[in-house]
Formats: sequence, structure tokens, C-alpha cells
Amino acid sequence: MELKTKVIAEDGKQELTITREFDLPVELLFKAHAEPELIEQWMSNPYATSKMLKFEGKKHGSYQQQSTDANRKVVFRANGTFHDFIPNKKITRTFEMENAPLGVQLELLNFEKLTDNTSKLTTHVIYESVAIRDQVLKTPFAPGLSMAHDRMQEIMSKLK
Amino acid sequence: MNLRRDVFQAIADPTRRAILLLVASQTMTAGAIASNFDTARPTVSKHIQILTECELLRQEQSGREIYYHLNPNKMKEIANFIEPFRKMWDDRFNKLEAVMRNYKPKK
Repeated sequence: MELKTKVIAEDGKQELTITREFDLPVELLFKAHAEPELIEQWMSNPYATSKMLKFEGKKHGSYQQQSTDANRKVVFRANGTFHDFIPNKKITRTFEMENAPLGVQLELLNFEKLTDNTSKLTTHVIYESVAIRDQVLKTPFAPGLSMAHDRMQEIMSKLK
Repeated sequence: MNLRRDVFQAIADPTRRAILLLVASQTMTAGAIASNFDTARPTVSKHIQILTECELLRQEQSGREIYYHLNPNKMKEIANFIEPFRKMWDDRFNKLEAVMRNYKPKK
């Protein structure tokens, strides 16, 4: 199945761009990034529950979020500061994962109205170095792999 | 058994990754592959079966023997390491869309 999300990460660059078109008015797309209860909902998945510990959606405001697994163990915590918070247009923020050697990244989110009911989000992310960007790209792979590995072990042991 | 057909899950296992490396250099029979491992032959067969089901390996009949070779097109899916990252964001954004479609503003 074709994924609607596009990721542009050129070789040797310390940045990447994520684009996606939504079947949503730009106002709702922005709201999904501006209200902590909504962010928590769409950032959570069957393996991890996302929680906003702090969220001040305004210029010079800051945020802190954490994810917990099914056993309520904290799997990651991150924080950052908003440099721009312009409704339905733009969010500029920093993002830093706590206790991870990945440094700070700058995220520029551009919200664009396409039609009354469709919109586009372009996220430009700049990392401290090329090596860190590549590391981040590989990160979601790692937990997925070990999870898949556990499931596979389970299945294989039943087949014996 | 949909789970097995996901290439990323298929390569989660170190033995299966080793099999792929072996077969990358030459086409091999199941027996020849198994002879490279200390693991019991049926276990190796199962790994080969999983790799075949997810299309990373292709079977080719030659006389009485079945040879396995690598499917380069499927391997490309793995080589592109951006895919899991893209999938993660796509899942999140799909969820965002679903959440906001049901959104009722608080009056």
C-alpha cells in the first residue's frame, strides 16, 4: 500500500523533510498539534502511551512529553521550546530526547491550506550532524525489530 | 500468518540474516545452507521457509534439487532504511487524521 507520508533525507545532509497531505481542514490539522490531549491521542500506539507532562503552546513556551509501555515503564522522555506558534500557519520548536546522545533538533512545521477540507504539513527537521540524523532515522527500526523478534520467538516455539 | 510476510520482521532474526548473506554470494540448496549452521536442520528449514514466504528468497527447481537465490527487489525494501521511519510517521499521521475526524469542539 502506498504511504501518504513522504520523507526526503538526502545523503550526507544533516536535515530531512517530512510531508503529508491530510483530509482535514488546516484548522483541525493545526489543532492536532496545539492541544496536548489531542497530541497524546495520535502519538500513542498499541505499544506506547504518550503523555504531555508540560505544554505551553506559545512563543517562548515549552513542552515535555513522555512515553510509557504497557507496563507503565517510561520508554522515553523529550522536551523542547517553541520559538514560533502561529495558528494554522507555523510552529517552530526544538526537540531533545532526554538521556539519549542525539542532541537537539530544530523542527519547522508549516501548515498549508489546500482546499476547505484538505491541508498539507511540511516538517523540516535539522539535526546537529549528519551522523545524528542517520542515527535518528534508524531508531524506530530498533524497537520494532526486537518486538518482532520476540513475537517470532513465540511463534517459532509453538511450531516446535 | 501475515506477520511472517513482513520483510522487516523476517530479518529480525540473526540466523535469517546470516542465511541471506550466504545466499547473496551464490544460489544454494537448503542442505548446503544448513551445512553452514550448527542449528538443527529443521530449524534452518523453517528460517528458509519464512524468508521464502516473505519473498526475500526465491526457489528455483533444477532437476531434483531446489535452489534458493536472493530476490534483489525485495532486498531493496530493506536497504532503504528510511522506510521504517516513514512508516512510523505515516502510522502517526493516519491516527491524527482519524482522531481529528471525530473531533467535536468543546462549546
